[in-house]
Amino acid sequence: MTALQTGSSQRVTGKRLLRREDPELLTGEARFVDDLYQQDALYMALLRSPLAHAKIISIDVSEARKMPGVHEVLSGRDLREEFSAPMPCAWPVTEDMKNPPHYPIASDVVHYVGDAVAVVIASDKVAAVDALAAIDVKYEALPVVTELEEALLDRNLVHPSLGTNSCFVWKLEPDRAGVDQAFASAAHVVTNRYVQQRLIPSALEPRGVLAVPHPYGAEYTLFSSTQIPHILKLMLSTTLGISEAKLRVVAPSVGGGFGSKLNVYAEEVLALALARKLSKPVRWTEERSEGALTTIHGRGQVQEVELAADSNGRITAVRVNILADMGAYLQLLTPGVPLLGAFLYHGQYDVPAYSFTCTGLFTNKTPTDAYRGAGRPEATFAIERSIDSLARKIGIDPAEIRRRNFIPVDKFPYSSVPGLIFDSGNYEPALQAALEKVGYAQLRMEQEKRRTQGSRKHLGIGISSYVEMCGLAPSKVLGSLRYSAGGWESATVRILPTSKVQVTTGTAPHGQGHETSWSMIVADRLGVSLEDVEVLHSDTAVAPFGMDTYGSRSVAVGGSAVYLATEKVLDKARLIAAHKLEVSPEDLEYSDGMFKVKGSAEKSFALSSVALEAFTAHDLPDGIEPNLEASVTWDPPNFTFPFGTHIAVVEVDEETGDTRLVRYVSVDDVGNQINPMIVEGQLEGGIAQGVAQALYEEAAYDEQGNLLDTTFIEYMLPSAVELPSFELASTVTPSPTNPLGVKGVGEAGCIASPPAVINAIVDALSPFGIEHIDMPASPQKVWSAIESSRGDGK
Amino acid sequence: MQITTIVNGRSFTRDVEPRTLLVHYIRDLLGLTGTNVGCDTSSCGACTILMNGESVKSCTVLAVQADGKELTTIEGMASDSGLHPIQKAFQENHGLQCGYCTPGMIMATASFLKENPKPTEAEVREALEGNLCRCTGYHNIVKSVLAAAEAMEGAVK
Repeated sequence: MTALQTGSSQRVTGKRLLRREDPELLTGEARFVDDLYQQDALYMALLRSPLAHAKIISIDVSEARKMPGVHEVLSGRDLREEFSAPMPCAWPVTEDMKNPPHYPIASDVVHYVGDAVAVVIASDKVAAVDALAAIDVKYEALPVVTELEEALLDRNLVHPSLGTNSCFVWKLEPDRAGVDQAFASAAHVVTNRYVQQRLIPSALEPRGVLAVPHPYGAEYTLFSSTQIPHILKLMLSTTLGISEAKLRVVAPSVGGGFGSKLNVYAEEVLALALARKLSKPVRWTEERSEGALTTIHGRGQVQEVELAADSNGRITAVRVNILADMGAYLQLLTPGVPLLGAFLYHGQYDVPAYSFTCTGLFTNKTPTDAYRGAGRPEATFAIERSIDSLARKIGIDPAEIRRRNFIPVDKFPYSSVPGLIFDSGNYEPALQAALEKVGYAQLRMEQEKRRTQGSRKHLGIGISSYVEMCGLAPSKVLGSLRYSAGGWESATVRILPTSKVQVTTGTAPHGQGHETSWSMIVADRLGVSLEDVEVLHSDTAVAPFGMDTYGSRSVAVGGSAVYLATEKVLDKARLIAAHKLEVSPEDLEYSDGMFKVKGSAEKSFALSSVALEAFTAHDLPDGIEPNLEASVTWDPPNFTFPFGTHIAVVEVDEETGDTRLVRYVSVDDVGNQINPMIVEGQLEGGIAQGVAQALYEEAAYDEQGNLLDTTFIEYMLPSAVELPSFELASTVTPSPTNPLGVKGVGEAGCIASPPAVINAIVDALSPFGIEHIDMPASPQKVWSAIESSRGDGK
Repeated sequence: MQITTIVNGRSFTRDVEPRTLLVHYIRDLLGLTGTNVGCDTSSCGACTILMNGESVKSCTVLAVQADGKELTTIEGMASDSGLHPIQKAFQENHGLQCGYCTPGMIMATASFLKENPKPTEAEVREALEGNLCRCTGYHNIVKSVLAAAEAMEGAVK
């Protein structure tokens, strides 16, 4: 790796510096979308289909129009002319992928509970919501498809005009014959079916939007609770036919995203369309139960996973066949989510034969899309559960079977059979550190002791050794996967006349602390005070180019762009300083805000003086432009590959089926760490979300396609009571992919933790002969599994 | 109907509809937008404030029920001398990421530490059960509350 160069004698990167974002968030000064004051704003409310699949026979809005405070009531048919194009899907994963037209509001047929059918615009929110009840819609119910295996049969169709529920079939089969042969000659084969239940991302800030027209210039500003102001601007421009040059998108403070705000939503399009139509500001904030229906869901897969192994437990082939739930329509990245995991079903293991097939299927449910981890939690779960299953079959300790299969450290950079190059890795030390930290041998003894004493509270230990790919992404690779955009990131670093530093970034943080971390990167390189660096973001008028924040990409790609722009500005400053000192630029060295002539330290020129010289431009060297700023758009040469081992310790009560997570140890390697405090915070939050998938959360539907858990009363977001404090440690294997040596950390926690927890539960229940528990491992499921194992002759 | 409340030490008299929730009174009529709304079932606790010194979820209280009461919102926590010790503890222990649940967490903590100035970790977790956070996994929130307890204990004596 390139050593991270610092221009400071007092390095700030790598330190646990407090976040500069915090004071305004701690005092209530921060402004989320719903907090923004806007004079004369009208409120939008949407009438949503109560049926999962139905023809709209008629919509009568006449009574609603007469309600107090109501300005306008419109149906989908009334609005059809407003849209230049359907809602975008940016990832047509195959040439023949089916993408039924998806408009922000249905005109003829609704395809899931929550599909909008009419919109009310009123002077305040209460009036708008009251008027919804006065709209009369007549539906004719159509057959509903909810389950993936049922969708595959094509008996009932979500979109009859497509003639099938299959959206695409995507295959990764570098050597099919090799895979078949490995299975034919295997000493052991394990075959497992896993369900990745649907999850509701549940960012604590509901989505919200405020569309403000500036009628005299035909210009618009859209404020949205989004992770992707830049992509949103581009997509809104094409969807509504508004010139890209006349549209500004701003993401103010955003209260969490986890992928759920990585999208172009019907309400964003509608609010802007109506602001244009009515020449008035239009705002909307989702209700939590409305969001449960209309904000994307995550996961939603059925996985069939087969491992072939030799007699020593060395895996010789991985064969995966998954069904992926698209929901009723394709949102921005829906079909691409399984692809983000497709290359990683062999995990940390050196596997010579590999095949992966994914069938994307439509169902009459809320669309799915990228939720924290997006494809990689599913892949990690599949391999980490399967390897435990193999270990049990052969009778090898789960830690040992992992050791036997790890990609050896001398194979990095590692060319994987599915076709990736793992940039760096060293898996065994992370496993070893985790085993030591958790006290593996003692725990096994304690487990045995409880078993021999006949304790009803069974101890289980679950290991998950994960590797993921993030730092999205090399644009050429995205192109080869048929993704419609690039994966670069942009940054500008400006040194102002008073020598304060202004940084603009194309990333769009919503809790990750980019202002803090980016200012650390810049202050470190320039050797200036942290307080002198300002970071601007999340406004397309401030940072015109950006690819935004998702996929654990921001520090690896955006942070690197910031670093490289800082280098570039220093290069320019060096030329000016050399000119003023009448020396050659190569004779200068730089530290702590000073250019000094090598070997004669008394001859120096301050960066602050360079900034002023660049501004006045009275005496610049020939060919040097005034002002001290530099921009970089950086396209990463590869993904980055964070890894580690997590170990969950659970206690399962055989009488109630209740599982208590008693300890959680993680050893993560995310490369260099800019701010370890922020890194750990990301991991802890991710672990909690993954534990929640393993134990608590599920967006469950009935046969009619009704979502059963639309509120936080039914949808079991864990509270502080359900979780222990986590025990974190790290190893550091720098990434050679970027100049910072960083890998990315936003999703690692929730990628690693679900199989750790389920492995622990299955381990606890091994005396009952239980082989698997589907997520979420609710007390009912665990209890039923125990009961039925007793029924089997015990 | 007309109600009068003392909010963060200032008196406000406003007309409200009988069905207006306290949180909407605070946000929309008084313009104090630091108090957030995260759900519609009184589950998440983002809207927690103090009413006569005790924490309430302001989405479960009607504005008219607050008539004549003293309210403290997140905007009333910091003073001229800086952040409140609880706010400071949240910053120092990285007890927030996106910050949306934070005002409610801080107000719930203020009320809890008055009842139990020297809590154990388990007691902190129990006390915050009604306040949901999606970012932190609670790890650093719990640390923040314990640190605040320690800091405030010191301040009292």
